[in-house]
Amino acid sequence: MPKSWFLRFGLITGLLFLYIPIILLIVLSFNDNRSVSVWSEFSFRWYGELMRDDQLLSAAWLSVRVAFISASFAVVLGTLAGMMLARFGAFKGRALFSGMVSAPLVMPEVIMGLSLLLLFVSMEQVLGWPEGRGMLTIILAHITFTMSFVTVVVQSRLVSMDASLEEAAMDLGARPAKVFFVITLPLIAPAIVSGWLLAFTLSLDDLVITSFVSGPGSTTLPQIVFSSVRLGLSPKVNALATIVVTIVAIGIICAGIYNARQEKARQRDEQMAQQGG
Amino acid sequence: MAETVQSEMRHTGFLGLLQRVGLSGRALVVSVPYAWLLLFFLVPFLIVLKIALAESQMAIPPFTSLIENVEDLKYQITVTFYNFHYMVTDDLYIVAYLNSLKIAFISTICCLLLGYPVAYAIAKADPKWRAPLLMLVILPFWTSFLIRVYAWIGILSNNGVLNNVLMWLGIIDQPLQILYTPVATYIGITYSYLPFMILPLYSTLEKLDNTLLEAAADLGCPPWKAFLTITLPLSIPGMIAGALLVFIPATGEFVIPELLGGPDTLMIGRTLWTEFFNNRDWPLASAVAVALLLFLVVPIMIFQNVQGKQGGHP
Amino acid sequence: MANAQPSRTQTKLEPWRDPNEKPYVRIEKVTKKFGDFTAVDDVSLSIYRGEFFSLLGGSGSGKTTLLRMLAGFERPTEGKIFIDGVDMSNVPPYERPVNMMFQSYALFPHMSVEANIAFGLHQDKVGKAEIAERVADALNLVQLGQFGKRKPHQLSGGQRQRVALARALVKRPKLLLLDEPLGALDKKLREQTQFELVNIQEKVGITFVVVTHDQEEAMTMSSRIAVMNRGYIAQIGTPTEIYEYPNSRFTAEFIGSVNMFHGRVLESEPDHSLIRSDEANCDLYVSHPGHLAPGTECWVAVRPEKVTITKDAPAGSDGRNQATGVVKEIAYLGDVSIYEILLDTGKRVRVTAPMVTRRTEMPITWEDRVYLSWRPFAGSVLTN
Repeated sequence: MPKSWFLRFGLITGLLFLYIPIILLIVLSFNDNRSVSVWSEFSFRWYGELMRDDQLLSAAWLSVRVAFISASFAVVLGTLAGMMLARFGAFKGRALFSGMVSAPLVMPEVIMGLSLLLLFVSMEQVLGWPEGRGMLTIILAHITFTMSFVTVVVQSRLVSMDASLEEAAMDLGARPAKVFFVITLPLIAPAIVSGWLLAFTLSLDDLVITSFVSGPGSTTLPQIVFSSVRLGLSPKVNALATIVVTIVAIGIICAGIYNARQEKARQRDEQMAQQGG
Repeated sequence: MAETVQSEMRHTGFLGLLQRVGLSGRALVVSVPYAWLLLFFLVPFLIVLKIALAESQMAIPPFTSLIENVEDLKYQITVTFYNFHYMVTDDLYIVAYLNSLKIAFISTICCLLLGYPVAYAIAKADPKWRAPLLMLVILPFWTSFLIRVYAWIGILSNNGVLNNVLMWLGIIDQPLQILYTPVATYIGITYSYLPFMILPLYSTLEKLDNTLLEAAADLGCPPWKAFLTITLPLSIPGMIAGALLVFIPATGEFVIPELLGGPDTLMIGRTLWTEFFNNRDWPLASAVAVALLLFLVVPIMIFQNVQGKQGGHP
Repeated sequence: MANAQPSRTQTKLEPWRDPNEKPYVRIEKVTKKFGDFTAVDDVSLSIYRGEFFSLLGGSGSGKTTLLRMLAGFERPTEGKIFIDGVDMSNVPPYERPVNMMFQSYALFPHMSVEANIAFGLHQDKVGKAEIAERVADALNLVQLGQFGKRKPHQLSGGQRQRVALARALVKRPKLLLLDEPLGALDKKLREQTQFELVNIQEKVGITFVVVTHDQEEAMTMSSRIAVMNRGYIAQIGTPTEIYEYPNSRFTAEFIGSVNMFHGRVLESEPDHSLIRSDEANCDLYVSHPGHLAPGTECWVAVRPEKVTITKDAPAGSDGRNQATGVVKEIAYLGDVSIYEILLDTGKRVRVTAPMVTRRTEMPITWEDRVYLSWRPFAGSVLTN
């Protein structure tokens, strides 16, 4: 904790601001009453209703599949793009490429969604593919906007990595492709994992772009949530939120503990090495 | 010969090596993501531009084709600025644009005011506290955006938590109408985008050399003055990066004004959505998108410049 | 091993003096440009088998670029590089008979010390048993026998440096390139390691090319040094040649400290030169063959330790190689003292004198009027 009372106050205010809504959702998810202002009794009623909502469950399943597939493709494309930007120096068209990679990070989603839909419509007119809108078009759209995030994560890992490691491998006789798989890939693996998780989360969460490019038969979880929330409060959503927050919190805390342990072990090793052990 | 030397001059290190292998491996690495982005990012914008210049018609898809195959195989191009003209003459769009900029700007300032102390406090905290605190800032970002916006409905509504607390405390005796007003939109945007402000600010402040402040103190500068004359100016890059990460997407925000703002909280993203989904006027929606993009070209260029310099992080 | 044949030893020690000896590495008119910037400018040099050759220069002198061209990481914009008679222009680094020890050591952090050293042998598809044997030998050579199972981050800086050396040596390259091999070590360890590196080089008999910015390091270890400046080679020679007979102002000033007296050539003879210097306010007699036409502008370089400082006028002086001035600064370093003398002409001159002789005499102190003098062979005549 910082010493200055002002900073403490600022930090606590900021964190309270971030967490009060989330904590409130969790508390309300156990409220038997529909209203947010009346606490009747503790119950798992909304979790039960959530589990019986087939429409919501099938949308969730679609979202998970879409997120899994798009995150996996986004990781491949994003890693290649990160390699290009971090290691390929000044290739032809670099400015355009880096522009296209970083623009989706801030591009308003309505623009991305609209433009991708118009692309798919035009492609269907000209090529006859993709036929209609559905899971395929959602996946293509999600790969496009999540790969930028993967690229940024991978690129910043590569930039901070000593490029002479790759040169050393090459100097010792490994061909470029082998250098990539034996040296580069293992060393950027943590960035690739966090890039995948980021892409997965973003895809799972996306509403706007999905709304543009989805078809009648493919409704994702955010679309269901949005349409029920638009009509006002829906306690089922509280239960869903609690589940999401729990999963994410467990994941992040585990990752945090794992990192802290790694760091501790590394520090111990370094100390040992300094003492000549 | 001269030409190969020319082209090699630009490439050094790893690239130069790959080049020597022949282009095969490298060409593969370059072409796949490049082609993907060209097809799914750049071409769509051109299509949006094209359709923005087309006329609306009752059909599927509901727009006229810009290039029609005329019998004698000549291409006849129908261009109309009708959509743009319509946007300029109808107050609705101009108001929506200005309103979007205003809301995004005020929310960005709120994020900065709220986020700076948090980022600074984390950067100043004991190193062993920094990672967990940072984790606390990032954690909401990993949970659903939609759900976090939804949470504010329960807080801000007339019989919501905030009004109940205020009435219980006796500060007010009538519930305040906050939900479905622009204020709710400010709160929603500030809340949703706060981590995007804190993270770049933190990474700038964390890199700040503490001995600079020690030197200032040593030269007789009181802490508040040292903050104003040293810390603040040196953290400007972080502020710019954070402000752009908030401002640009917030300008085109749809979900937050839709859920928290009232019917009179006009924002351009919402207008685009309505034109597209409710009025099914695709050409007009495209024109709105093109105009929004024009507004954002300069901030996006600045963002890319900052991003390029930092090597980047989201 | 070479002791039995003294004559061969002679040629082995200084092969560059033997016109019949073939250079092992030949760099021919190599230029490297990065955009508009010329990093290496028309460099030609020959390195002989078994040499410990140093590229010495400041940052931006082009030494590292030259090394990276030998490794194959950069390609010359113009010119050619031959190693053992083979043109390397189109050979990628992974096919060159050359290995490099990186400044950062570049040890693969996810592999053990053994795996790091074995990496290069695996690329060559060497058999398992042979790999194990050669890795063990390499570890013993650098005295890290029991550290094979450790990861790089579990080693100290000095140990990492030796792993990097073993990894580069284990493939028995024709040429070993070392980029600032001692740069990351602290001063004490650096001095020890200098000699160790030379011993290892003699043991394995591989040709070493070292890049360094540290002149002391280069002087201690090298058979020959190439002093580089702004992309070109200022001088190539043995450490003694470079120090005693610098060929330019740059070399003289870069290696050690030196006093430069500006002047004009009066006489230029096969056995000496005579230079009139207004800065020293005397004629300077230099007993090396004169190579400049009379009237040419030049500088005479005199090392501070070659100047004698006395309170009385030196006996039997002809007025040449002699100046007078006032002591302005004195620094006692223990073994030597450094004096800075302001000459009557306004020129500042630095003199170092060993402490031994000072004991018995009256110590020279601030504001004393002193005479400076030096022997005819002490100076070198230089142009720009």
